[in-house]
Amino acid sequence: MSTISVTINNIKVDVESGSTILDAAKKAGVKIPTLCHVESQIPKGACRVCMVEVEGARSLVAGCTTPATNGMVVKTNTKNVRDARKFVLELLLSEHCGDCKTCERNNDCELQALAREMGISQVTYEGDCLVSVIDDSTPALVRDSGKCIKCRRCVTVCNEVQEVGSLFPQGRGFESNIGPAFDQHLAEVPCVQCGQCSAICPVGAIIEKSHIEGVWAALDNPDKFVVVQTAPAIRAALGECFDYEPGTLVTGKMVTALRQLGFDRVFDTNFTADLTIMEEGTELLVRLKKALVDKEKVALPQFTSCSPGWINYAEYFYPEILDNISSCKSPQQMFGAVAKTYYANKVGKKPEDIIVVSVMPCTAKKFEAQRPEMNSSGVCDVDYVLTTRELGKMIKQAGIDFKNLPEGKMDSPLGQSSGAADIFANTGGVMEAAIRTAYEIVTGRELPLEGLHIQPIMGLEGVKRASLKIEGTKPEWSFLEGVELKVGVAHGLGNARRIIEMMQSGEVFHFIEVMTCPGGCIGGGGQPRFTTDEVRKKRIEAIYKEDEGKKLRKSHENPEILQIYEEFLKEPLSHLSHKLLHTHYVSKN
Amino acid sequence: MEEHKSISQQKCTCSTTIDEDLLYEQLDDIIELHKGKEGALIPILQSAQNLFGYLPEAALKQISRKLHKPYSEVAGVVGFYSYFSTVAKGKHTIRVCLGTACYVRGGKDVLKSLMDHLKINVSETTADRNFSLEVGRCFGACGLAPVIMVDDVVYQKVKPSKIAEILKPYIE
Repeated sequence: MSTISVTINNIKVDVESGSTILDAAKKAGVKIPTLCHVESQIPKGACRVCMVEVEGARSLVAGCTTPATNGMVVKTNTKNVRDARKFVLELLLSEHCGDCKTCERNNDCELQALAREMGISQVTYEGDCLVSVIDDSTPALVRDSGKCIKCRRCVTVCNEVQEVGSLFPQGRGFESNIGPAFDQHLAEVPCVQCGQCSAICPVGAIIEKSHIEGVWAALDNPDKFVVVQTAPAIRAALGECFDYEPGTLVTGKMVTALRQLGFDRVFDTNFTADLTIMEEGTELLVRLKKALVDKEKVALPQFTSCSPGWINYAEYFYPEILDNISSCKSPQQMFGAVAKTYYANKVGKKPEDIIVVSVMPCTAKKFEAQRPEMNSSGVCDVDYVLTTRELGKMIKQAGIDFKNLPEGKMDSPLGQSSGAADIFANTGGVMEAAIRTAYEIVTGRELPLEGLHIQPIMGLEGVKRASLKIEGTKPEWSFLEGVELKVGVAHGLGNARRIIEMMQSGEVFHFIEVMTCPGGCIGGGGQPRFTTDEVRKKRIEAIYKEDEGKKLRKSHENPEILQIYEEFLKEPLSHLSHKLLHTHYVSKN
Repeated sequence: MEEHKSISQQKCTCSTTIDEDLLYEQLDDIIELHKGKEGALIPILQSAQNLFGYLPEAALKQISRKLHKPYSEVAGVVGFYSYFSTVAKGKHTIRVCLGTACYVRGGKDVLKSLMDHLKINVSETTADRNFSLEVGRCFGACGLAPVIMVDDVVYQKVKPSKIAEILKPYIE
């Protein structure tokens, strides 16, 4: 690709041809504000905030959509540009219906921040405001049409990244709105509730449905024993709510903060991530045995089942592969089920006296928790689900000085975990964790790879593959001798579609990991804003650091896991495991 | 011109009783004809509207499914263009011209008389689904103002008092 030279505010930069003015400015270290741009996606030019002056051009141009040309001279900070940006912002604000003081996004709003930056102290245009129609039909998300600035970022992620297609511009002109077809509610359309829209919305038009009040009420109720579980991805992102750099691990401070909030026990979803590996790894081996030894017809490849947005996606769009999806519940739901049975017994409580709160990087987990079948303990297994952002808010509401907290440790016996559980947070992690254990079960030897990492399935490429030759098996697994285990990994639902298409057109896989969100859970819809690839990489780096820093690196070596099997579950895929830890899926097509 | 064409084609499908299944089979043929081409959605929607007289939900869902396009996108395109209608039209479409010439020569009174007669507003259809009422902006017949069209027949120098007589042949 050829290089071109562009001058931005007298700074000369060389960029690849095909770059936009916005790309070039970024390279020159010049900030051009935008409210509609989505990284790595075709620019839409919807918000018009990125206007810049180009020497020789008749009028201002949009920096995000205009290709840079060789020798182009761009100015981003002239009176003309500043006036135009202010004008555009004032027009946006004149329609925007909502009160910053009481908005969920107060202080976390790109429109508000930009208006402040541009020094807008009043809106000089008076006219009709948008009508606020609230759609709170789903358990995960709330939409407010009045706050929407029609930037279409949500349309881009929903259609082009996730390829779900629930949101699209409807109607035209002032009357237009962004939403499902014909004013339907999200609950009536195939929305998987991944919440990528809520993570990318510049304003408060799509947010997660808050469980904060419910959690406070539970904590204030002296009759309830309130336990909390934190997903692996939280510890690498929660710090961002308190101005830490992305990728700062705050595990210990998070535990102390949760204790100070008043939770009776602070546990770890990592524990049930290890449990998932025991169940899901065994399930894979059983499927392989059925296929290779018993010559039974069995659904292969097996798909992972931890990501509830992915489960929704398969139920809506690919019901024909539901048998391929592992019957394992997600770690969140396994935790709820064992907390209200195994742990309840240990502390002499009834399931109904225990409240399980989850902290998740995810909005779809709110949906998953209220699925009617998720009540193996006799009551709802998980009562409340907070996003990382909501936990950040609660810590602030409680006046906790997060940065100065001492490091705390998770409680036992649902708090210990291996490094394999940590990496559930990022794309490729569940697969790596499963292989660390399955390889050792089958051969009796540790996975012979440096750092126990499977390099080809690490990183942010959309679809990744790896193959592993199994040699030197134990006698009971001899049917796997010489088998080339082929695995696939996809993150982002558009990539999930790609890998399903590959599978359906004949490519052989034995095991496929799918995570709903780009980058995996570390890039979840409930994570602190704003998640870019750079942020994803930093969070992933932090997660691997957490994994590598642990003595325990493999799920089957976790002593608390050995204990729960010994005392309670007996063995993977036991009758009790099936009752508590496994589930089924339904076609929603 | 586009509008006139659509009116005549609407008439042709509405005046005969065609089995609904057959219409949906024809819709499949229309989709197949355009499928895979860039920008296939709009011509398919146009042909579908000509086929059904409007764009029923089931037809839009079929288009969405067969083109592998989200329903929200299909609905978005339908909602963007005023040409497309998701409301069932009557057997006959009456269009009243409110272009400048017709307007100054009493087009509005003609429209009011029609609304009173049919007991519907503009863009609505009578309960018996015999008439739909629309307004237009100039049919290119200003010398004959005020004009109305019933299906593809133009009536000139219409007076409010003549409405009943004009509609009579269309009432079975």
